[in-house]
Amino acid sequence: MSTKTTSNKKYTVRKVKGGALLALCLTGLIISLVSLAILLFDAFMDGLPWLDLQFITSFPHYLPEQSGILAALWGSIWVVGLTAILSFPLGVGAALYLEEYAPKNWFTSFIRLNIANLAGVPSILYGILGLGLLAEALALGRTILVGALTMTLLILPLIIIASQEAIRSVPRADREGAYALGATKWQVTQGIVLPQAFPGMLTGTILALSRAIGEAAPMIAIAGLLFISRIPTGPLDSFTVMPIQIFNWVNQPKAEFQGLAAAGIIVLLVVLLAMNSIAIFIRNRYQKRAR
Amino acid sequence: MVNNIKIKVQGLNVWFGDNHVLKNISIGIKPNAVTAVMGPSGCGKTTFIRAINRLNELIEGSRTSGEIFIDGENIYSKETNIFELRRRVGMVFQKPNPFPKSVIDNVAFGPRIHGVGNEEELQKTAERSLRESALWDEVHDRLKDSAMDLSGGQQQRLVIARALAVNPEIILLDEPCSALDPAATAKIEALMRKLAEKYTVIIVTHNMQQAARVSDFTVFLYLGELIEYGTTKSVFENPKSKLTEKYITGEFG
Amino acid sequence: MKKTEIRKRPRRLNEWVIEKLLFASAIVSVFTTLAILAVLLFEAVGFFQVVSITEFFTATRWTPLLEPKHFGILPLVWGTVLTTITALCVAVPIGLGSAIFLSEYAPERLRRIVKPILEILAGVPTVVYGYFALTFVTPFLQSTLFPQMIVFNALSAGLVMGIMIIPMIASLSEDAMLSVPQSFREGAYALGAHKHEVAIRIVVPSALSGIVASFILAISRAFGETMIVSIAGGSTPKLTLNLLESIQTMTAYITQVSLGETPYGSIEYRTIFSVGLTLFLMTLVVNLVGQWVAKHYWKRY
Repeated sequence: MSTKTTSNKKYTVRKVKGGALLALCLTGLIISLVSLAILLFDAFMDGLPWLDLQFITSFPHYLPEQSGILAALWGSIWVVGLTAILSFPLGVGAALYLEEYAPKNWFTSFIRLNIANLAGVPSILYGILGLGLLAEALALGRTILVGALTMTLLILPLIIIASQEAIRSVPRADREGAYALGATKWQVTQGIVLPQAFPGMLTGTILALSRAIGEAAPMIAIAGLLFISRIPTGPLDSFTVMPIQIFNWVNQPKAEFQGLAAAGIIVLLVVLLAMNSIAIFIRNRYQKRAR
Repeated sequence: MVNNIKIKVQGLNVWFGDNHVLKNISIGIKPNAVTAVMGPSGCGKTTFIRAINRLNELIEGSRTSGEIFIDGENIYSKETNIFELRRRVGMVFQKPNPFPKSVIDNVAFGPRIHGVGNEEELQKTAERSLRESALWDEVHDRLKDSAMDLSGGQQQRLVIARALAVNPEIILLDEPCSALDPAATAKIEALMRKLAEKYTVIIVTHNMQQAARVSDFTVFLYLGELIEYGTTKSVFENPKSKLTEKYITGEFG
Repeated sequence: MKKTEIRKRPRRLNEWVIEKLLFASAIVSVFTTLAILAVLLFEAVGFFQVVSITEFFTATRWTPLLEPKHFGILPLVWGTVLTTITALCVAVPIGLGSAIFLSEYAPERLRRIVKPILEILAGVPTVVYGYFALTFVTPFLQSTLFPQMIVFNALSAGLVMGIMIIPMIASLSEDAMLSVPQSFREGAYALGAHKHEVAIRIVVPSALSGIVASFILAISRAFGETMIVSIAGGSTPKLTLNLLESIQTMTAYITQVSLGETPYGSIEYRTIFSVGLTLFLMTLVVNLVGQWVAKHYWKRY
């Protein structure tokens, strides 16, 4: 049998099939990348004309020219800030417990199962939880505090999973060396594990917070579409966040409000870009240091 | 023993990046015989046999120059059908690598991709190949079971059957017994001698006793160069090169 | 000797306290699941005292905010399912195709550039997707393919939702394919297989459990998606196969009611929880099926 390409008809058929598959897959990839490009381009083109200093420093107004995102921006900062303070220690603590302290029994498996499941629960159900339990039943009202607590519960599984990975990447040998010197479990955790895992935990938390800042559904359930025209002064104030403001503007019939929505989107995306860049920067900087 | 050459290697050079792994190898492999390729770690044995089915090209940064003629045709020519080449040249790897499929789907994979669609024909081919690789008696009643459930030795024989199913002429084995226990090793060695009656068998091995037991011809490579080639008897009892002698007596390797 | 004994006691107390604190952090997750269930069930029980379960799950009209009131959840469930199926029709071929390309064809340098860009798709807030669906996709489709399409419709929402979940399928499938051992590929190449045959006949089947897991995850995500369907999908619950009509999903309904002035404790307020409970159960079932499928496939080979 000859090995020349020309003599084999089956070869050509197979070659054509191969080319077709490659073309299809590549097309798929190109479609996704092009969609992303169109999406961003569209938002930017619509929003740029409305994006100016006045937009960032004004409160929402029934006249689109005088409307701005200030209240929502501050609301987001308050909610995400409070969420960060609450979620980071809880998430890191839970991860430490699961990786360093937890015994191998059914209850521990149950906890792990819970965390895995919660990561898949629709975010609006967290909003219902916040509304039904915290705002109404515990009468904490539709406040920043409730918003932050709800958001904390929402992103907690993400922080826990990321922190667990960071903890797992600390080599066993390091822990054993400390134990061999007579250290207690907490001393090992605090002195060896935490310092090494910290950058990974921080990165994971910042990424989780960047998810939080873009979440509208749970916040809508709690804050509603209240017309907020002042900057919050404390955790017990009512509030709105950027995604809600954007949502509000998108749903207005007048075309100008679409432009405002797009401008709000630009602001939101810029904030997201900043947060993600910080997270990636931290990850890269500390990965280079690893032995 | 016939005197013609099945595989004629001429001026073969292989680079991986800047690393010159095979240097100007020229050799003639005889058909219907077992040829052992030996040498210390890193001497290029695996690269050498992978040049015969052009599997080196899967590695990014590899470069080959020179020619290899199988039955007079240069397999490195621009018109070569590389897929047909690989059908004619079967390969068995160091660690058994059956596909995560059933036993019969493993053996039928080769014929299927080369165009055999008839289920009855596939069954017959599978049975023939499994008999030839001395595995049929052990698996004939569990052809639909997963290949991953077989023992290491059985998996390796399955891989051989898989290669035989596409009617090759040459079979390359890269240290096929290094992951197997002595009993399984003995079975594979007996199988190789039997296969040599029909095919051209080339085996890379670290194990000198195995080479002495199994092969008719021996090639000795050192640091990418061909040091010695001859009948196994003459290479082991009367090595022409001092290096070969040192390797055989265990001074290095 | 005495010095070390004295030092041990406060150490042990510290250790105990710390362990309990960390344990407390860990069971917050258990508390969360129980709390969600409790909140949903509590109000849903109140709901089902007024509305029969049969009517809820079998009636075909949902008009709790209008007179006469109907409480059949099927239109909402169908809205969710319809948009999810549309989304999958987009995301599965594109996501899987991208994954195959990145894992089997693309050189390493290209992979390293493209993969993070795909991740960006995953990081865009859904409200931005909703804006895109309403202000770009719908007008575009109206002016080109479907002039009879209404402003709020299932197609735009479904398509954009599909784009949103592409990275989920692409990323997880690609990871699954990359973890297929190279020895499998080499064995296939050594038999004379072409690259596409190696990809389709060896790599994809070997990575199937990971790939299917990515589909299940995508379904779960699509069920719970809120902003895109609220903005672009409409607020008219109906059982229709016509993607060009407006529909309403469970999540969009919950949003609609939350934004309105529904008095606490009324039957309208309670619909939030009965619909929420249904959504929770549906997502739970999908996740459990996903876990079962993953285990079943993984065991096979």
